[in-house]
Amino acid sequence: MAKYILKVWRQANPKASGKFVEYSVESTPDTSFLETLDILNETLVEKGEEPVAFDHDCREGICGMCSLYVNGHPHGPATGATTCQLYMRRFKEGEVITVEPWRSAAFPVIKDLIVDRNAFDKIQQAGGYVSFNCGGAQDANALPISKVAADEAMDSASCIGCGACVAACKNGSAMLFVSAKVSQFALLPQGQVEAKARVKAMVAKMDELGFGNCTNTGACAAECPKNIKLSNIARLNREYLCAKVSD
Amino acid sequence: MEETKKAAQPVIDSKIPEGPVAEKWTNYKAHQKLVNPANKRRLDVIVVGTGLAGASAASTLAEMGFNVLNFCIQDSPRRAHSIAAQGGINAAKNYKNDGDSVYRLFYDTVKGGDYRAREANVYRLAEVSNDIIDQCVAQGVPFAREYGGLLDNRSFGGAQVSRTFYAKGQTGQQLLLGAYSSLNRQIQLGKVKSYNRYEMHDVVLIDGRARGIIAKNLVTGKFERFAAHAVVIATGGYGNAYFLSTNAMACNCSAAVACYRKGAYFANPAYVQIHPTCIPVKGGGNQSKLTLMSESLRNDGRIWVPKSLETAQKLQKGEIKGSQVPEEDRDYYLERRYPAFGNLVPRDVASRAAKERCDKGFGVNDSGKAVFLDFSDAINRLGKDVVAQRYGNLFDMYEEITDVSPYEEPMMIYPAIHYTMGGIWVDYELQTSVKGLFAIGECNFSDHGANRLGASALMQGLADGYFVLPYTIQNYLSDQITVPRFSTDAPEFAEAEKKCVEAHKALLNIKGKRSVDSIHKELGNIMWDNVGMARTKASLEEALTKLKALRKEFETNLFVPGELEGMNVELDKAFRLRDFITMGELVAYDALNRNESCGGHFREEYQTEEGEAKRDDENYFYVACWNYAGDDNAAPSLIKEPLEYEAIKVQTRNYKS
Repeated sequence: MAKYILKVWRQANPKASGKFVEYSVESTPDTSFLETLDILNETLVEKGEEPVAFDHDCREGICGMCSLYVNGHPHGPATGATTCQLYMRRFKEGEVITVEPWRSAAFPVIKDLIVDRNAFDKIQQAGGYVSFNCGGAQDANALPISKVAADEAMDSASCIGCGACVAACKNGSAMLFVSAKVSQFALLPQGQVEAKARVKAMVAKMDELGFGNCTNTGACAAECPKNIKLSNIARLNREYLCAKVSD
Repeated sequence: MEETKKAAQPVIDSKIPEGPVAEKWTNYKAHQKLVNPANKRRLDVIVVGTGLAGASAASTLAEMGFNVLNFCIQDSPRRAHSIAAQGGINAAKNYKNDGDSVYRLFYDTVKGGDYRAREANVYRLAEVSNDIIDQCVAQGVPFAREYGGLLDNRSFGGAQVSRTFYAKGQTGQQLLLGAYSSLNRQIQLGKVKSYNRYEMHDVVLIDGRARGIIAKNLVTGKFERFAAHAVVIATGGYGNAYFLSTNAMACNCSAAVACYRKGAYFANPAYVQIHPTCIPVKGGGNQSKLTLMSESLRNDGRIWVPKSLETAQKLQKGEIKGSQVPEEDRDYYLERRYPAFGNLVPRDVASRAAKERCDKGFGVNDSGKAVFLDFSDAINRLGKDVVAQRYGNLFDMYEEITDVSPYEEPMMIYPAIHYTMGGIWVDYELQTSVKGLFAIGECNFSDHGANRLGASALMQGLADGYFVLPYTIQNYLSDQITVPRFSTDAPEFAEAEKKCVEAHKALLNIKGKRSVDSIHKELGNIMWDNVGMARTKASLEEALTKLKALRKEFETNLFVPGELEGMNVELDKAFRLRDFITMGELVAYDALNRNESCGGHFREEYQTEEGEAKRDDENYFYVACWNYAGDDNAAPSLIKEPLEYEAIKVQTRNYKS
């Protein structure tokens, strides 16, 4: 057993003013960070207190639900991993670990460490799809796609929509998130027909929802748990410019 | 006497269409009733869940013109647990020219399910499997491709062909994001109304038909009423009744149990899948869930334990590492026992074989409950780069969790609860025994029999949602076109909501001493020890006694902090745990009734001399449908749906030759 100090953001509801509260918790290096929060919550419940609310679900790094800002980094100190994939061996015994929610105007706090990321869904609804009704598809192999393009599209499509990019960005920009979806379809023939309308609609929605502008600092890509590349943003800009020019 | 007994039992009508198995679905579609476009606009459908089944059904129904209300427990439909499926999706495309066909996929699935699935449903599943791949490619799902630009395939357990389509180790993610994109388009078009962070608490019946649901807004804590002409539940399985499983933390069976309490039969609950390749449980009791290592790893990984107990003990004490065990001291027990399928035997077979070796003392970690999954051969044969390309993300995940690199040391794996073949009983139209209530995806029982083959869950979820339910539900809705929209002010809604509120107040008022998780862990231990991989009459009877006591403990000694209103995570967990206990009992009742071993259900009393599952087709060739007794404390009653096989000869499963 090792002792860690968790300095956790507590906020009862969206309107309440939050504050940091320090808790001492016993855990082990081979316990995950979220399981350490579970341990903390068990002790809080035993004392009759309300546990710390945090988003989590698959605990395998794929659902994108977990969203903690740990020691100044979205998803904590490990690179290419989500909070749920973080283990206590990353921290020193006795270390003060600061845990905050995503901080961004577009992601208001709901309770404690839980934020509202509905804005991401709205951006996808604006154009993150191929307009195609079930039932009318041709044979899958009738449309050969080069392996290089398919693999690159897959890399872009790996985005889990967690919002770490927005949390990492000093401007609160969602460019990496938007560019990942735009890139996936820009690289594939299925996405070509609606490419121009898509990029314009998604960028307009992003702007409307209060995300900031991109100033190419690259913090988003550096902190992305799925290693979504900055080149996606370049592709988004290119797609957007081409679409605007042809207006 | 015999006559009166029969009369008292409800009759099961599985509505299987006439004709040879290969023509049933075509015949059904040719003769089913349809709803015209103007009428579709007047009909509302509730779809609960946004996994592969829920999202695909919601978007397809909306594309057809129905109005859809779609609910998800997470903050976004994209996070449903289908997202975590790794390996792939089966289809009978035969792109590899290796002899695959619709019939062969059908046959493999029925055999894989140990001849306990409904033939007609499985054939339809195999039939629409090809359409699913076409649909997903059209959506822009980036499947893996060969250099010529065509789709790539790999092999999965229980098949001798390569029919599994995949997108790296993230196939579930990509298929779900495909369905989510179609769903988003319909949300944008106003045909789907999406409710995020909502949890279904009850189904509302009016005159015996499902007409709506009560759902809790998990942010405000308020219960809300929703009405529709039909209700579809796509809420997944009940694996988390075992506490430790590969399911996500929010996966629960409360929606299904609510339907069961309202008269929907629960079919074959004993059929629980234990996946052979999961990262073993570590000690300490703080573990919250188990992590799956994809079955696709068995394409190139070889499973073994030491031949000698002496070596096993050294491994258990940590004196030597797996890589130090010489080749001649390795027992590749799957290759030894099942030469024809080797490491690619179905999951139930692989899991039991691992348990058998570990029970005999050959386990390789400190608890003796792990076997090796070794890639050294593959790395020598293909090179590290190729192995990294195929499995890199899984290897990284493994290393992050265990601090051991699978490139250098063999992985340690052990079976864990992964999927539930049992579920809400549905007929051929995917309608439950409650009119107007449908169940799709893992939530229903229909296609996998007693064991599901790898890469078939994604196939079934999408088959139900894209290609089956949108047709069959019209057969029901066609006579609902003159039924006006129901008001949620109806007394049935008020009463259902009142019950939900009262049940929650009761949970808050117990004011005992134990946390939800502490009781849930106790439930998990009972389920794993007594109702897990090896069951006996005695262990199951003991489980039922222990579960009754546990329910009492839950009802009298639970502590839930906080208030009814607002977000209260502990309260939501308590509500789910109440239903997990009921579900646990249901699994035990079914397992106790089924005096045979088949697929994921292994009763130690019923095995061959070689330790294989021994079925009893004479007495148990049926779907066990459990009918709620009106009270969680009373034993449910059993109704049997006899299985009828026309196309396939029922025989003993053989993966040896």
